[in-house]
Amino acid sequence: MLNKKPVKLLALPALLWMGALFVLPMLMIAVLSFLKRGTYGQVVYEFTLNNYIRIFDPLYGQIFWDTLVVAVLTTVFSILCGYPLAYYISRLEKSTQQIWLLLVMIPFWINFLVRSYAWVIILRSQGVINTFLQSLGIISEPLPLLYNSGSVLLGMVYTLMPFMVLPIYVSLEQMDRRKLEAAYDLGATPWKAFWHVTLPMTKTGVVTGSILVFVSSIGMFVVPDVMGGAKSALIGNVIQNQFLSARDWPFGSALSIVLMLLSMLLILLYFRATKASETKEGSA
Amino acid sequence: MKTLRRNALSGYSWLMLVFLYLPILILVLYSFNDSRINATWTGFTWKWYVSLFENRQVMQALMNSMTIGVISSVIATVLGTAAALAVKHYSIRWSNIFNGLMYLPIVIPEIMMGLAMLVLFSQVQMELGKVTLILAHVTFSMPYVMVIISGRLADMGKELEEASQDLGATPWETLRYVTLPLIMPGIIAGFLMAFTLSLDDFIISFFVAGPNSTTLPLYIYGLVKRGVSPEVNALSTLLIVSTVLLVVVAEIFRRKDSKNNQSIF
Repeated sequence: MLNKKPVKLLALPALLWMGALFVLPMLMIAVLSFLKRGTYGQVVYEFTLNNYIRIFDPLYGQIFWDTLVVAVLTTVFSILCGYPLAYYISRLEKSTQQIWLLLVMIPFWINFLVRSYAWVIILRSQGVINTFLQSLGIISEPLPLLYNSGSVLLGMVYTLMPFMVLPIYVSLEQMDRRKLEAAYDLGATPWKAFWHVTLPMTKTGVVTGSILVFVSSIGMFVVPDVMGGAKSALIGNVIQNQFLSARDWPFGSALSIVLMLLSMLLILLYFRATKASETKEGSA
Repeated sequence: MKTLRRNALSGYSWLMLVFLYLPILILVLYSFNDSRINATWTGFTWKWYVSLFENRQVMQALMNSMTIGVISSVIATVLGTAAALAVKHYSIRWSNIFNGLMYLPIVIPEIMMGLAMLVLFSQVQMELGKVTLILAHVTFSMPYVMVIISGRLADMGKELEEASQDLGATPWETLRYVTLPLIMPGIIAGFLMAFTLSLDDFIISFFVAGPNSTTLPLYIYGLVKRGVSPEVNALSTLLIVSTVLLVVVAEIFRRKDSKNNQSIF
């Protein structure tokens, strides 16, 4: 295949690069997760399943569960925030659309860290909201707005919501509008038309957006690190800690492998669920 | 009823835009606030920016970010462009396999990529520093370059290349005098995107940086962990402004003479 045209060989450097710096390290993590940790944090080359068994410790189970809950809630809130916005943009004139899309995209490119920090300025006890409310005399003591699971969720939705808007916008754009007109001609109310025509037809966008948001939130450690307290640590924080402070690389690897498998499994289930409801609707 | 619904939708969308931008604007605003300790506005000042430029650590972090950004995005652009050119000639099956591999880094949690590379570098006993940062940054930005350039190539069609070959140009001549000039705006956009990603990256850099290779986001993280201060606001503002400028310029290049106006993502 590669000999017919020399141009085809141009992909080789990129392929080798990704093989050496992406595929190989991923395999290394998989191997590492079955090895032992030495007394001084070094890796001992002996096979063990202990790292995986340790994950079933209720402590980590709880953190995994919390991470999943936060990731699911982030995805749901992102749909609630993002869908109407994408719908509005898709109804605008072409030139205005481009401006709105750029406006939604710009915050997405701004650093996560900086965007979480922006919320710290607003929510901390001497922050913008508390100072404002105190100066009005509405409250005497600052409200505990930061360093709890609510603030973590807010930060997650804030940083990841743009991921949801663009895929939904794309599917709204590609939608066949004639079906919507047909629904109206048949006497559907706007809500019914939306619920039975528009929403099912833009499912691909919602699924793509949800996967992007979900995958990003499940491994997130910046937002909980900056906006969350000690109790709101997510699995990303635990993994980070195993690699950088606790120096238990095998256990950290096992955690991240489980995290990856879990997110793949959920994505698969999500795909299945949406596919199933699609065929059900198709036959109805 | 219809206008009511329209207004509600439009109001909600504007509210979302405010939600997206208000925190950023507040951060920028407070980088000009004279008061150090609290959120009360006491007057306009440039002094936090001045103190940044007098801070040697900040300047060093800026230099590191620039060096790593330029070198990694040049490599990512060259490799990504070459790969996009090649993949165009693959059969559908092979190009799907290749793209699948190339785009995998985009859907894997960033933290995993960071720690995987940390494991690799420590296994081959490479000292963490600028070199490891450059290697890592190329790896996560190359897929984005490929997406942009493949889009441009798909947009271009095959006609011009075929015409050039019919007129007796060798494949390399066609590449040099027809294809490359045509996709140049895409290449520039890809380069700017790679540079932005590199300048902005925190998570992966966090794992593969050494003590003497602190980049701007890593430096900001160190400050953020110590608490809110006007210097962090000023430094974050500089990072925000440069990111926004780069993204807008990249968008302009990407859309230049292109039929495909879809926003990249």
